[in-house]
Formats: sequence, C-alpha cells, structure tokens
Amino acid sequence: MIVKQWVINGGELSENSFGSLPNFGGEVILMDPIKDKIQSTSRETRQDIIGKVLSYSCISLIVIVVLSIFAFVATKGLATFVVNKASLGDFLFGTNWNPSATDKAGNPLLGALPMITGSFGVTIIAVIFAAPFAIGTALYMTEVASKHGEKLLQSVIELLVGIPSVVYGFIGLSVVVPFVRTHFGGSGYGILSGAFVLFVMVLPTVTSMTVDSLRAVPRYYKEASLALGATKWQTIYKVLLRSATSGILTAIIFGMARAFGEALAVQMVIGNATIMPKSLLAPASTLTSVLTMGIGNTVMGTVGNNALWSLALMLLLMSLVFNIIVRFIGRKGRM
Amino acid sequence: MKTKLQNNIAITVIRVIAALVVLILAFLLGDILISGIPHISWHFLTAASQSFTSGGGIGVQLFNSIYLLLLTLIISFPISLGAGIFLSEYAPKNIFTATVRMAIEVLSSLPSVVVGLFGFLLFVVQMDMGFSILSGAIALTFFNLPLLTRNIEESLRAVPDLQREAGLSLGLSKWKTVTKVILPEALPGIVTGVVLGAGRVFGEAAALIYTAGQSATNINFGNWNPFNSTSPLNLMRPAETLAVHIWKINSEGVMPDAAAVSAGSSAVLIIAVLIFNFSARVIGNQLYRKLTATK
Repeated sequence: MIVKQWVINGGELSENSFGSLPNFGGEVILMDPIKDKIQSTSRETRQDIIGKVLSYSCISLIVIVVLSIFAFVATKGLATFVVNKASLGDFLFGTNWNPSATDKAGNPLLGALPMITGSFGVTIIAVIFAAPFAIGTALYMTEVASKHGEKLLQSVIELLVGIPSVVYGFIGLSVVVPFVRTHFGGSGYGILSGAFVLFVMVLPTVTSMTVDSLRAVPRYYKEASLALGATKWQTIYKVLLRSATSGILTAIIFGMARAFGEALAVQMVIGNATIMPKSLLAPASTLTSVLTMGIGNTVMGTVGNNALWSLALMLLLMSLVFNIIVRFIGRKGRM
Repeated sequence: MKTKLQNNIAITVIRVIAALVVLILAFLLGDILISGIPHISWHFLTAASQSFTSGGGIGVQLFNSIYLLLLTLIISFPISLGAGIFLSEYAPKNIFTATVRMAIEVLSSLPSVVVGLFGFLLFVVQMDMGFSILSGAIALTFFNLPLLTRNIEESLRAVPDLQREAGLSLGLSKWKTVTKVILPEALPGIVTGVVLGAGRVFGEAAALIYTAGQSATNINFGNWNPFNSTSPLNLMRPAETLAVHIWKINSEGVMPDAAAVSAGSSAVLIIAVLIFNFSARVIGNQLYRKLTATK
C-alpha cells in the first residue's frame, strides 16, 4: 500500500511516498489533496481576475481620457485670464474680438460676445425649426404610419444621421447660401444659412429620441384615452405628448448640444466675420468656427492662441451644461 | 364634428411633415449624387490631388480615410469591448460606475472639434508626434469610444440571463462565460454597431483637421515598408482624409475645379456611408443567422 503524506520540511510542503506503513514518528500532517485544491487559486478564479483587470482598465482608460480632456483644455483656457490677465467680464460681454490688438489700457481685445451670440443664434433657430418637424415625424412613425411607412422613415432617419457634416456643409454652400441670397437678400452667408444647415443635421437626432420616448408611454394610457371616445389627435395631444414631455425635452436638448458643437458645416456657411451680427443675414461666426479657423494660424502660448483655448473651454462647459440639464429633466420626469 | 375635423387636420399635418422629411433626404441624396457622380472616374478615384490646377483626384485622400478608419477600429474596438463588458457584466452599483457612466455620456456629447483640439494639444504638440496618422487615429478613437462602448454594452445586455446562468452552472468562470457564451450571441449586434460607427468615423473631419493634418503628402504605393516616410503605411506622415479634403477645398481651395472635386468627393463619401449602412444590416443579419438557429 502506498500512502501519500505531506511532510513539513522547514516550513515547505513536500510530497513523500512511503513503501509500506506510514511513519508517524516525525512531524507529519495528513492533508486532503482536495482541500489543497480548494484552497489554492483555481484556473477559473485566475481567469476571472484577468477578466476583471482587463475590463476595469479599459473603463478607467475612458475616465482618464475624459478627465484629461477637461484638465488640458481648462489649463489652456484659463491661461487667458491667469497669465494674460484678461478680465472674464470683457471676455463674456465684450464685442470686440481682435486678440492681436490691445485697447488703451493695454489689455488685448478679447470680446467673445459675437461668437457666443452666433453659436446660440444658430442653435436656437435650428432647434425651433427642427422640434416641430421632429415631433411630427416621430408621431407619424409611432401613431399614423403603416409598418412600411415606419420602416421607410426609420431608414430615412438613419441615413440623415449618417451623412457626414462636411457634406452638409458643402450642400449648404452650394444650395442653401445661394437660396438665402436670392430669397432673403444679403450675401447668403450668415446665421440663417447656418441655422438651415443645422436644422437638417439635428433633425434625425431629435426625431429618433422623440420616437423612443413616445414608444415608452405605456400602451394602456392610449387605450384608456381611445376607450373614452377621444379621437387620435386628442389622444396624441392630451395623453401621449403630455406623458412623453420630459423625453421630448431631453431630445431637444440633445439636438441643441449637437448644434452647438457642430463645427465645419456651420463654419462653411456662416461667413466667419467676428463682429456682432446685426441681422440673421449678416456674416457672423460661432465659437466652433473661430476655433477651426484660428488654431492653425496662431502660435502656441500667445494671447491670441490662449483666447482660442478659452473659447474651447467654453464649448466644453456648454456641453457639460447641456448634460446637466438632461439629467435634471430626467429626474423631474421620473417623479 | 369639430373634433373630427381637428383630428383630420392634425393627422394630415403630421403626414405632410413626415413627407417633407422624406423629401429633404431625397433632395440631399439626389443633389449630391446627381452633381457628384459625373465627376467620378477611375482617374478621379486614384490620381493624386492638385492644389492649383484642375484634373486632380482623390486617390491619396481615399487611401488615408480607409487606413485611418482601420487604425481607429484596431485601437478603439478592444478598449470599448473591455469597457462594454465591464458595464454590462461587472459594473457594481456604486459611485464608480455612476461616474464612469457620466464620463461616457459627457465624452459622447463633446463637440468633435474639442476632441480634435485635445488630440492636437496632447499628441501633436506635447508628445511631438506632429500632424500624423497616429494622432488622428487616437483622436478618432476618443470620438468613437463612447458610442462603441454603449453599443457593445447594449448588445451584451440583450442576451438573456439564462445564458449566463447556464455558463456559470457548467463551472465556467465568469470571464469565460462572457467571452465564450455571451459574446458570440451578442456578436451580430456588436458588428452592426461597429460598422455603423465606422461610417461615422469615415466622414468625420473636425477632429482630424488638427491631428491628422490637412496635407496629403505624396506617397509611393510601391513601398510598403511602414518605417519609410513615403510608404502608405507610415504612421507618422500627415494624412488628409476625404472629409477634410472637402472642407479644405471649400474653405481655401484655389484650384479651378474645386466645386467639381468637392461634388465628386461628397458623392464618394455618401456612397461609402450608404455602403456602410447597408452592409451593417446585411452582415448583422447574416451573422445572426449563422450563430443562432434562425432560418
């Protein structure tokens, strides 16, 4: 009979085989091999540890990226106020943007109000146009259309999302600008053209999110309303739209965020004049358009360059604000 | 009767709006394709671009776009796969997960020009990589990560818990359950998402202007050594993509046929996006059929 024994030799376990009877004379511990197996790290546990490490590191990488985007842009953007001693009030409310020149007191002319106005102008006008269209299309898809119509609209929305922004810009340049010039006057470049282009660009975003929120309305709401004898429109207006309000608002805010951050398509049609826009038809500029034009033409570390980074910081903060608004609406909607 | 009339008017208005949206798309596609397709020829697709004379092509830009897209996918897919697995399988309900979700949401809503500027600051300037394909691919990765992560998470979540329980009850580790049981089942959804994301990356320009640069250096298609500066595979050469090219010739192009070149390029870009959209659906369906017992 062969008996396996584990003998402690100077603190280490070693396996001994004995020919005949076990020798109980020394310090011998009999240990179950199964116990040993259970107590040690199994292959499965090791796989799990590897999996956890991998997925945690991937997710941490994303968080680090986001944090460093904020850190880098904030450092650069705040330099205007810390290093170059520009005043925040002048930056936000000044109307004279000419970083290479200085005013009488020797401060650089960094009034960003023209760009801020331009950005908000195109965004708000685009969304005012887009919201009714998006809600109408979403209602068509969820309430009116047949299965085929719904599928058709679904593909239309997906394609509209897919069209690259430079292509929108190019169409804006070749179609919208001449259209505005002949029908509204002016050079054709301006906030109105920018808003037209953005209208088409945010339409699919707002529509598909509105569709989602309309679909989330419980079916029995609709059934109850129809059972009361309400017409389809009464049901839509008094029940569906009311209970989907927070979702629709979220969709509109997302549309605004997209419009606010869009760079190239707007830059191509807005005319890029860093002056206070006098009308919707006059050439103007947005935060993004000045950024795309300017970063390459200024030298790192100069006032002009830092001021551009301040604009970038502002874009970043605005996108944060839109996010916060969405969260706020979401919380309200749940109550 | 009044309510009936109201109802009819309202429904008609909704129909008209939907029809208008279809018309907008039809007009956009029609305009791009009709004005662009006549300019597309083999010469246009393969020749180098011209800065001052007409007759230039988009060969280099087209290659750059495809190469950059592949690089971006190679970098971003593993990261978002890990992140997606974390969010759907491992994420505990705590403040870390909440922070992570918020970070991804914020990243996905950041203007792409800001992402591009960050890439410019970190890679092009600080790390001294210059305008290069690699900087561009990393910037596009940042741009692509949140969408891809969310898509992978959703696809994984859609797999019923029964499958997870089955895997675990066979004694598989959680990791093996995820990679061998859950992932294959979620694959069709993931692939569809990746291809749709690829379409977006292919058309992105704002994030690339200051990372991959705005110049198409001459590349020698006979030289495939990635360490040679004229090789198409070189990671450190500046690379203007098709989308950036369209932007550039429209904002500062001086060649006489700028309008024709941008019309042609836009058509190529749109056709590429259409192909991506279409193949996303086809590949997804095919995979689903292959991996499941659906007929």
